[in-house]
Amino acid sequence: MSAPVVLSLEGITKRFGSLTANDDVTLELRQGELLALLGENGAGKTTLMNILFGHYTADSGRVVAFGQELPPGKPRAAIAAGIGMVHQHFALAANLSVIENVVAGTRPLLSLGLGAGAARKRLVELSARFGLAVDPDARVGDLSVGERQRVEILKALYRDARILILDEPTAVLTHQEAEQLYATLRGMAALGLSIIFISHKLHEVMAAADRVVVLRGGKVVAERAASATSREELAELMVGRRVARPRRESQEPGDIVLEASGLDAGGRLKGLDFTVRAGETLGIIGVSGNGQATLVRLACGLEKPSAGRLMLYGKPVADPNPRGFVAAGVGRVPEDRNGDGVVGEMALWENAVLERLREPRFSRAGFVDRAAGRQFARSVIERFDVRGGGPDSPIRLLSGGNVQKLILGRNLAEAPKLLVAAQPTRGLDEGAVASVHGEILAARAAGTAVLLISEDLDEVLALADRVQAIVKGRLSPPIPVAAADPRRLGLMMAGIWEEAA
Amino acid sequence: MIRLDRRAHVSLAARIGAPIAAVIVALALAGILIALAGAPVLEAYRRMLIGAFGSRLSITETLTRTAPLILTGLAAAVAFRARLWNIGAEGQFLVGALAAAALGSQHGLHLPAPLLIPALMLGGAVAGALLLLGPLMLRLRFGVDEVVTTLLLNFVALLFVSMMIEGVLKDPLAFGWPQSVPVVGDALLPKLLPRSRLHIGLLVAVGLALLVALVQARTVFGMESRAAGLNPAAARFAGIGLTRILVLVACLSGGLAGLAGAIEVMGVKGYVTTDLSPGFGYTGIVVAMLAALDPIGVVFAALFVATMFVGADSMSRALGVPSFIADVIVALSLLAMLVALSLANYRIRR
Amino acid sequence: MMEALDIFASAGLWAAVLRIATPLIFGTLGALICERSGVLNLGIEGIMTFGAMIGWMTVYHGGGLWAGIAVAALSGAMFGLLHAAMTVPLGLSQHVTGLGITLFASSLSYYIFRLSIPVSGSPPTIVPFQPIAIPGLSDIPFLGEALFSQTAPTYLAILLAVVAAIALARTPLGLAVRIVGENPHAAEAQGIDPIRLRIGAVVVGSALMAVGGAFLTLSAFNSFFPTMVQGRGWVCIALVVFASWKPARALLGALLFALFDAYQLRLSHVVGKAIPYQLFLMIPYLMSILALLVMARRARVPQALMQPFRRGER
Repeated sequence: MSAPVVLSLEGITKRFGSLTANDDVTLELRQGELLALLGENGAGKTTLMNILFGHYTADSGRVVAFGQELPPGKPRAAIAAGIGMVHQHFALAANLSVIENVVAGTRPLLSLGLGAGAARKRLVELSARFGLAVDPDARVGDLSVGERQRVEILKALYRDARILILDEPTAVLTHQEAEQLYATLRGMAALGLSIIFISHKLHEVMAAADRVVVLRGGKVVAERAASATSREELAELMVGRRVARPRRESQEPGDIVLEASGLDAGGRLKGLDFTVRAGETLGIIGVSGNGQATLVRLACGLEKPSAGRLMLYGKPVADPNPRGFVAAGVGRVPEDRNGDGVVGEMALWENAVLERLREPRFSRAGFVDRAAGRQFARSVIERFDVRGGGPDSPIRLLSGGNVQKLILGRNLAEAPKLLVAAQPTRGLDEGAVASVHGEILAARAAGTAVLLISEDLDEVLALADRVQAIVKGRLSPPIPVAAADPRRLGLMMAGIWEEAA
Repeated sequence: MIRLDRRAHVSLAARIGAPIAAVIVALALAGILIALAGAPVLEAYRRMLIGAFGSRLSITETLTRTAPLILTGLAAAVAFRARLWNIGAEGQFLVGALAAAALGSQHGLHLPAPLLIPALMLGGAVAGALLLLGPLMLRLRFGVDEVVTTLLLNFVALLFVSMMIEGVLKDPLAFGWPQSVPVVGDALLPKLLPRSRLHIGLLVAVGLALLVALVQARTVFGMESRAAGLNPAAARFAGIGLTRILVLVACLSGGLAGLAGAIEVMGVKGYVTTDLSPGFGYTGIVVAMLAALDPIGVVFAALFVATMFVGADSMSRALGVPSFIADVIVALSLLAMLVALSLANYRIRR
Repeated sequence: MMEALDIFASAGLWAAVLRIATPLIFGTLGALICERSGVLNLGIEGIMTFGAMIGWMTVYHGGGLWAGIAVAALSGAMFGLLHAAMTVPLGLSQHVTGLGITLFASSLSYYIFRLSIPVSGSPPTIVPFQPIAIPGLSDIPFLGEALFSQTAPTYLAILLAVVAAIALARTPLGLAVRIVGENPHAAEAQGIDPIRLRIGAVVVGSALMAVGGAFLTLSAFNSFFPTMVQGRGWVCIALVVFASWKPARALLGALLFALFDAYQLRLSHVVGKAIPYQLFLMIPYLMSILALLVMARRARVPQALMQPFRRGER
């Protein structure tokens, strides 16, 4: 590599309380390079990028861009130095237009006029040069996810960014959209931009990057040229040990537990048909925002279908409600575990029994039997290895993986006949993923029917017996998992069912 | 750059220390205002204490003031806990008082005393609850924020009371003063101590504080309403009917405020005027916050606030410092308490 | 019946509409600016009270009328700073803090007023703003009296509404306020400091609220008395919703509201004792609730309203 170094991070250390998020991190980026920053959740990738961009101040170390040291904690200085950041959760104002999102903050606050005319011209020109088509006057809230990401990138380019940082850029994209994005990024690198992207997806890193820096526990543990490493090596470097995800054993499914026919939900879902049998896992795969949330609400008893039928154990569900579903033996793992799954301020035991509070074993005559609740919590803690607190600790103190183990545990402890699991491992580290997968497979082996809703290809391939894709509120016909591979699932998720078949 | 980090555990000392620190800060700041009035600050506070506790009469007056504040404080505490922003306790207090006066007058219910008193209390509570159910319905059906509607209804309630006591409920024997007909003798609350104004309303208020504490800590309703307040989405996911919880909480909250009004009529005045409440409803919010929404804490917070008001009246007469100083102290306590609570719950780092 | 309609034909009604609307325009604009940046300011009722008191006090002690307005604005800014300091960097509950500011500001107003003005039978008065005759316009029959015989602050209020509308829509500062109110993280990513901007917006908005209060004592009336604001602050909060957070509509909403208020006053004189006057006095408050009801689902709420911003958290 002879290209000049455009950006260097030198000895960055950042602590949050007792946690060291970044520990003496040093790395360099060269002009025209595509650098991947690989690491698990909690490895310190996002913290590092936030320091680089000035959202956080490092405890020690410095950031040098184009030979100039950046003052810490000043996003404006980072922008002025030519650094642009594309956040994982798009930093866009939905009610404002594309052009307003792009020009905000680009002019001195006390000047007159937005200069929208000149801005529009420049934006159109940038869109054309980098292949990022988007309507400058559209309201951002009306754009698709892919278009919003283009707006994010355009925002950086509009400010003459020569270094682009992308945080998990493909988290919300389909396989095909992701490939297109990486093609665009390679084009940009060829035009002289330097790019860092953060990811935990090995195949993307291998395919797209020139060089890979692996972060673990806040430290740089390895640096490899993408051409001189392998998936296996990266996986081991990232996790720090070999983690074998549990394997699915084949077994004969039993009776139909959940059956949907012609399920509609006010335009968000259209004519869904699916069945899940005892001892079988049906994987519903799809890019988020295609109706999964509504499907989960229906399967968890939170909403009534506007048309069609949902049958549990062969009988139609007359009046769906969460308590009825729980009583009927439906275990429910919501997508947003901190938002829907638990009440952070309440104790672990309270969260363990909340959805069963009115059952006679946990309350009598309107009074809560706290001893029984704590006992139940203790048994879940023990059996499902929930760490980070006892029955009386507030649940917000637990890590994401342990919260998920509690949610799974409070359901699986009751040996449910059906388990609805939505994005069960999103945001968890590899160790927690393995244990959640183990529990779901054990439930299936014990005869539970599992409805798995996930956007993670690897997860669906590992857990499901059959797969259906959800696209714009419709379901593809099912295919056996043996016939599924990332390419075919990608096509299914893009709605091209005939080609995928 | 400031960051706030959530503390894992808030010690008991911090929880008790926060309101005490807040009160000390408020008294110190108000001391500047007392000094501006040209009065010796420590002497002023000493006289306030004497004014509130210096004699049998002053103690009973302070406790008489405490009773309605406990109830309006509870009204705010139970509502805020469930994230129902009931800022309308003032109006609920007034309609509760009016209901008790109307039902307790000669033309009202004719019941023997042991039945009449509970019936009037219930009447006041129902009136208060109804006044809160309106804004709650607007929130649930139309998405109207209840903060502004309950605030606005305070003014409507006051005008309504004014209309009634100048109209159908006007006391013809009051020499033209706008006041309601008095309640009958059987409707007056028995005194707790002879030769004082202290009535059994205080016991009712303290009893209800204990009851609310028990309900919140031990019952299914208490746990469900706490969940609903802390995380409505998770509560809904767990099958807790949010509408039902909110309606029950509104009945409880509005009912407590209405009961406060009824008790004030039956225990102290015997009739309604438009200045029956010196801001009991609004002050209840301060009481609730000083107590960090804890029902038992409400009793102590109400006692503190009553002390300030009764003490300031007497201090004002002696030293010429306007008695509004009590309102200033109470408001400053609220602001200081908010900051103190945040310091107890969060660590500030740079 | 005819008499009830005749009221509309009197120039006095329309002049009163502008007069009644003025404090509401100031207050609503102030609340709107705060809320556009993402901060609900329920301190408004107390801040208006304090502005009314301190503005009046300034003039009573020999200051000029504009000095009174300026001092009121300054006091509003101070209370705004207090509210912002508690709700923005500390992220405390905007509801409760705002109510606390209202209790503090109003009780402090009464305390200071009582301290300097001893209790007396009739409250002392000052010489308030006088109507300005606009050459030409004020001489137009009917319209001149109805619309162009107001005091200077009224014209200022209308001008401010226009300026605020243009500034929000068309300037970098206005765009910055809007983006902070919609998504502070988006603002931060563009190099705008959400915390400083919110503090600034709350300070400016609160200053306007206090000016609205000062109008009551320096133009509409000529004396200060406790409880004189009478819920106008809460009405302003409702008008912001009614205006769907747009300054031009806020102006319209305040005028519409004032029309009802002015009309009910005159109508109650026409009707006399047949209907209790309190029913007429309830109309403004009930109208505000109705306005909320009509607009609650239609208004486009700033997405980050009442959401505290913490760096790095989402």
